[in-house]
Amino acid sequence: MQKAGPAKTVPAAKGKRRPAGARSSVVLKLVMAVTGLLLVGFLYAHMIGNLKIFFGAETFDHYAHWLRSIGTPLLPNDWYLWIQRFVLTVAAIAHIAIATILARRARKARPVRYAHRPKVQASYAARTMRWGGVIILLFIVYHILDLTTGTLNPHGAPGQPYANVVADFAPSRWYVTLFYTLSIVSVGFHLRHGLWSSIRTLGQQTKKGERVARAVALVLSVVLVVGYLSVPFAVLTGLVD
Amino acid sequence: MDIQVRVWRQSGPQDKGQMVTYDVKDISPDASFLEMLDVLNEKLILDGDDPVAFDHDCREGICGMCGMMINGVAHGPERATTTCQLHMRHFKDGDVIDVEPWRAAAFPVIKDLVVNRGAFDGIIQSGGFITAPTGTAPDAHATPVPKPDADAAFEAATCIACGACVAACPNGSSMLFTAAKVAHLGLLPQGQPERDSRVVDMLDAQDAAGFGGCTNMGECAEVCPKGIPLNLIGRLNADYRKAVGKRR
Repeated sequence: MQKAGPAKTVPAAKGKRRPAGARSSVVLKLVMAVTGLLLVGFLYAHMIGNLKIFFGAETFDHYAHWLRSIGTPLLPNDWYLWIQRFVLTVAAIAHIAIATILARRARKARPVRYAHRPKVQASYAARTMRWGGVIILLFIVYHILDLTTGTLNPHGAPGQPYANVVADFAPSRWYVTLFYTLSIVSVGFHLRHGLWSSIRTLGQQTKKGERVARAVALVLSVVLVVGYLSVPFAVLTGLVD
Repeated sequence: MDIQVRVWRQSGPQDKGQMVTYDVKDISPDASFLEMLDVLNEKLILDGDDPVAFDHDCREGICGMCGMMINGVAHGPERATTTCQLHMRHFKDGDVIDVEPWRAAAFPVIKDLVVNRGAFDGIIQSGGFITAPTGTAPDAHATPVPKPDADAAFEAATCIACGACVAACPNGSSMLFTAAKVAHLGLLPQGQPERDSRVVDMLDAQDAAGFGGCTNMGECAEVCPKGIPLNLIGRLNADYRKAVGKRR
């Protein structure tokens, strides 16, 4: 796919000193790395909470109600939850906004495409970071409407998360389980490259450390995918009902 | 061996440009890729056509002048090999080979396969040097350098600034080039006084020249004819973070 037109002439950079600031692609990447790791931290906490479903309805619902009382009596009920929601939303918005800025810069950096371009050697995970991120965003929107607000949930009763989850992943609603599975696998791919890439962005610089970081990213991604998928498939197979 | 090449022809910076197919016959498998283009150019000149313009100088793989996308891979299919050191025996009789210039906003095409890599000079001019007067070569033991540092600095210093890393990068980023230059000086005692300002200024110059950002895909290190290791980008990130932290 070649785009016609003369290559734009870009003047060589002058060695003028500007304050190191938000325009720098490395600073932007640092923000992406930190916000990304914050979101992964949340994903792990969320996954551990999800696994409580295997201890029965009472434990799971009790855990869900406990979330509302974190920080009490220092904070009023629900406050911690709202603070966390605010921080995570800001992190997600910053992560997506910067990804968009950097993707646009990358596009501008190569205005004329190659006529012949084989697939790059990088992993499938690395090649699908941007579109994988879009799938994850769509899933988050659906997921909040489904299991937080209950709007799209067939049971949708506030205060009954166990019943909501069981109703959500009922065998007749296989398409929900399918979308959930695809989304979680997308998260797994996103983290497989994202985790290692964020560690590199934060300054990991030895060859041995690179192997370790890649392995850790792979293991953490696989554990996360298995942990999350165990819940809908337990409901689907009747292990949890 | 007889091959076909589809070469990017563009008469000047303002020309639209297109891929043009040429038959090249009776090429020795021992010919280098550039020698194959020489043979094609001899024929084009005899036919009264404009020869294909391409950069080249030493043809020994050490100067950094040559470089083109060969079947979509910077410097062609052989790893750690410049275009001039790539031989036709790595292709088969009857192959159709696509040849394109480096594609990057910061590397505008001058003609055919020749691009302006002045943006690299801009990055170097912004901090890729030491300002101390060096005089004549000092005694080898005047400034002790630990052997592992010397080896790592030398490995980084082998970068010949050919631009393959930019050409291969899906983001059109020059991080591997800048990382190599920053590491080369930053690993040595002579590079310490300006270590912080160097990394900030060179990355600023890189952004200002219109290169994209790094996403750690690793394409650059795959095609680098000098095998500059990918982990130097981590070193660049760490140096930059520390330098920016000190400035504030």
